[in-house]
Amino acid sequence: MNEISNKWIGKNTIRPDGADKVTGRAQYSSDTTMPGMIWGHVLRSPHPHAKILSINTKKAEELEGVKAVITSKDVVDFPIDTPVILGIQDMRWMCRNVMARDKVLFHGHPLAAVAATTEEIAEKACELIEVEYDVLPWAIEIDDAIKPDAPILHDHIQFEGKSSNIAGTLEHKKGDIDKGFSEADVIIEREFKTEAVHQGYLETHSCLVSVAADGRATIWSSSQGQFMVRAMTSYLTGIPQSNIRAIPAEIGGGFGGKTIVYLEPLATILSQKTGRPVKIVMNREDTMRASGPTSGSKSKIKIGATKDGKIVAAQGTYYLQAGAFPGSPIRGAVGCSLAPYDIPNAHTFGYDVVSNRCKVAAYRAPGAPIGAYGVESVLDEIAEKLNMCPLELRKINAAKEGTQAVHGPTYPQMGYLETVEAAINHPHYKAPLGKHQGRGVASGFWFNAGGESSAQLNITEDGNVVVTTGHPDIGGSRASIANITAELLGIHHDKVSVLIGDTATIGYSNLTGGSRVLFASAMVVTESAKLVIKQLKQRAAKIWGIDEEAIEWENGEARPAGDNAGKFAPLTLAELAEKATATGGPIGAGYQVNTEGAEGGFATHICDVEVDMDLGIVRVKRYTSIQDVGKAIHPDYVEGQLHGGCVQGIGWALSEEYIYNKDGHLDNTGFLDYRMPVCSDLPMLDTVLIEIPNPKHPQGVRGVGEVPLVPPLAAISNAVYQAIGKRSYSLPMSPPKVLKIIEGN
Amino acid sequence: MSDTQYLAAKTIDEAVNAHEKANGTARFLAGGTDLLVQIKSGIRKPNLVIDIKKIVELNSINEISDGEFEVGASVSGANLNRNLKFAKLWPGVLEAFRLIGSEQIQGRASLGGNLCNGSPAGDSVPALIAAGCKAVIAGPKGKKDVPIENFHLGPGKTVLENGEMLVSLKFPKREANSADAYLRMTPRTEMDIAVVGCGVNISLENNVCTHARVSLGAVAPTPLLIKEASDIMVGSKLDDDILNKVSKMCMDACNPINDKRGTIDYRTKVAGVLFKRATKLATDRIGGNK
Ligand SMILES: Cc1cc2nc3c(=O)[nH]c(=O)nc-3n(C[C@H](O)[C@H](O)[C@H](O)COP(=O)(O)OP(=O)(O)OC[C@H]3O[C@@H](n4cnc5c(N)ncnc54)[C@H](O)[C@@H]3O)c2cc1C
Repeated sequence: MNEISNKWIGKNTIRPDGADKVTGRAQYSSDTTMPGMIWGHVLRSPHPHAKILSINTKKAEELEGVKAVITSKDVVDFPIDTPVILGIQDMRWMCRNVMARDKVLFHGHPLAAVAATTEEIAEKACELIEVEYDVLPWAIEIDDAIKPDAPILHDHIQFEGKSSNIAGTLEHKKGDIDKGFSEADVIIEREFKTEAVHQGYLETHSCLVSVAADGRATIWSSSQGQFMVRAMTSYLTGIPQSNIRAIPAEIGGGFGGKTIVYLEPLATILSQKTGRPVKIVMNREDTMRASGPTSGSKSKIKIGATKDGKIVAAQGTYYLQAGAFPGSPIRGAVGCSLAPYDIPNAHTFGYDVVSNRCKVAAYRAPGAPIGAYGVESVLDEIAEKLNMCPLELRKINAAKEGTQAVHGPTYPQMGYLETVEAAINHPHYKAPLGKHQGRGVASGFWFNAGGESSAQLNITEDGNVVVTTGHPDIGGSRASIANITAELLGIHHDKVSVLIGDTATIGYSNLTGGSRVLFASAMVVTESAKLVIKQLKQRAAKIWGIDEEAIEWENGEARPAGDNAGKFAPLTLAELAEKATATGGPIGAGYQVNTEGAEGGFATHICDVEVDMDLGIVRVKRYTSIQDVGKAIHPDYVEGQLHGGCVQGIGWALSEEYIYNKDGHLDNTGFLDYRMPVCSDLPMLDTVLIEIPNPKHPQGVRGVGEVPLVPPLAAISNAVYQAIGKRSYSLPMSPPKVLKIIEGN
Repeated sequence: MSDTQYLAAKTIDEAVNAHEKANGTARFLAGGTDLLVQIKSGIRKPNLVIDIKKIVELNSINEISDGEFEVGASVSGANLNRNLKFAKLWPGVLEAFRLIGSEQIQGRASLGGNLCNGSPAGDSVPALIAAGCKAVIAGPKGKKDVPIENFHLGPGKTVLENGEMLVSLKFPKREANSADAYLRMTPRTEMDIAVVGCGVNISLENNVCTHARVSLGAVAPTPLLIKEASDIMVGSKLDDDILNKVSKMCMDACNPINDKRGTIDYRTKVAGVLFKRATKLATDRIGGNK
């Protein structure tokens, strides 16, 4: 490949979807309509836990305007004791999550769906469905779910020889933990608690599905992966994947929460039954009640260090809420929490706990913020006990190239230490603090991911470029792909158009998640560009009558490689495109591969807070995120990822939480009482992008989308401690809780 | 499928008659920022919605005599904010009103709607009570005035009977050296609901308090007037001792609930803190500091 001149890589070009989005023209999934379209509505459980004795849909079916009513009978069943794995999901849980079988397991659990000529009729018909329940005792909190006589959600799940709500465990071990603690001069052990929080995407779930008379289904929906939508819908309806076309809409936020389906299979079955296109839009209340969130947790962290600040042993035990079905992100807590450090003796253990809450979905760096919250808080206490700067403590223990991580791998070139040093040297870290203000720091790690990706790069007849990839663009990936394509082909950015294909027009591409999209897309786009450049050279060779090897591609032109090659005026991309028909036909190439080599990302954050000592209100006054981003292909959008993560972290730390009432119902299903921060709650957010290229990637890309949510919980908690002199061991640090801590009772 | 009828009334009589005839199934519509949300979520299902914004009396701001204001029940926050004289005389009422919602909400929301919605946490209500404001009500039996502190009967319940409509809010004539202030505690800086709200209205003469009214919101089933506060404050210099006493009084008057928005203990403490801060703010305003 050409030397990278970096004419476009690293430039803040205008995003291709920008104009449509700011003028309201962008097509989101609920903007889609079709002639003859009817509306679906989902009946949801009023109980947190109950046996379904019977469902009578007769009255609903008789209501004028109702076209079809479905229940779990209409959804493909997957026996509960046989795993059917699809990515990080298991279809036996997905099938029961989209439509309850035998039992409802949380308030809001779907158990029937109606299609009718209007939304109101569909809703009314749901009220007419008669369900007989045998209400069962329920467990919402982890402690209630794991106590000896807890109500059991799934009888077949066994733990230590008994039916249990502990659905799985995960463990990492390194060295000898007991020996490690015996060498420690200080040991701190603490327990922490966090609440379930929602991704808070502004666009709720919705879809339109049309199943034609020949059985072929077309799905328009908002998701983080059209291929995921196709696969899950295929599993749950029995329609072969080749007969399902899933078209990705623009997406109004996902943050991990749109990596599974809720509505698409139901709308597909309703459309199959009625022969009409069916649209379903979830309202905010149901979105909060029955989609997302990420786990609440409890954890215990124990860390030991020598007088000089060398960490000799670390131990973490995590219990994470999975919601009604197994699958909490224990991997993130168990695997990421100690990853920034070179620790000789370590042991982390996670429990996956089911309870009568809605099934959790991925949320930026799933599980990792929970893990980092405890570890980074305890490190803060150790630093204080050793009378050491908390960043110095992290510097002494920083993992480097060659360090073996607690979760297994040995690190290649990576930039954790650089983030710590940049934090130490940042003006923010030295700025004076006012009264009742405090400063906290914390670090974080996320694995990042590779996976399947496909691209097609075509040269248009007029010499422009269209690139198609298969991952929904959530954070500006189209703009970044355009930068890379322009760079590789040596052409102006304006000549490149980047589109997201649907499942029928581009090869399989794994979903947008794990901070994988630009890492993976850049790889397949790079390979496609290489193939296209080869074709362009071949065409020039043909025109000039010389060897392909005697031609080089530079600055968007084919040129003779040297004087020996002959004297020819360069041929531009446009000229070669114009002659394409005569020289062999259309120019274009695609590439698809399971990408590998995604290396982890590290960040260190600095946060200042001010506490109202009479009211317990915590306000964030200044925030700086420092991250090893590999290579910032489009710096604005990289910064956008850092900003977003830190805002979501501020919400998680201070004000967001799922609150269940005594009936086992979610009590805050709207944004009034589910308090995500608003703009005026936030300070200006500062970012520092450190670029230590990923050696395994052609442009040095590392995922950047998830690490930013890992450090904030502890950074904010550590800052509050500095401000008030007492520590909170649970989140959110809401005003009543903080006031109680200040008053010491 | 909605069977709701809509009527845009042009006169008070038309509105009152239509409401009376509907026999409890009608709702008045001012800005709709409470009502439409309630209809959409299924909490209210009125058969008739009577839009009152086209009635002149309800949508105007009158200065009856110098410093004496009557504000129509459906005047929006954005409109009241444009009246510079009102803003100068009643900064606390205006700041309470302006806390409601966002810029968009301010274009619609009214004092009348905030009051008639009956929420114990309505932000403008403690400020109106502290101001000594009266509700002017029109109904089948004619017009009457009710002090705001007597307007609420419980959460969602007001003195309004079938056919009765709030026409305006009558403010007492403003004396010199007076100011009011309203503060609320919310976890977020905006777009939130008061966990506690406190309105304070005072007059000073040579640093001695000559008039004082203190009101609390969100700490009891209805917004409260702390009557005894006036007795201690008037005649004093509002020194720390007095403020501590009244602060304690405010806390004693609280009868809040434990809910997702705040605990009894927390709300009670906050009431005492906000009283002191609001009094300081009002005092500073008289001194011309704010
Ligand atoms: C996003 C958002 C944020 C909000 N933030 C706040 C906040 O911070 N603080 C706060 O206190 N409130 C808040 N609210 C609630 C609401 O905006 C206020 O209560 C507002 O003042 C209501 O005024 P309105 O004119 O819109 O009332 P409407 O919705 O028109 O009416 C409210 C109720 O009063 C009745 N009514 C109205 N006028 C009369 C009348 N003249 N006579 C008899 N009955 C009448 C109606 O029938 C209805 O029951 C918020 C609402 C939203 C949607």
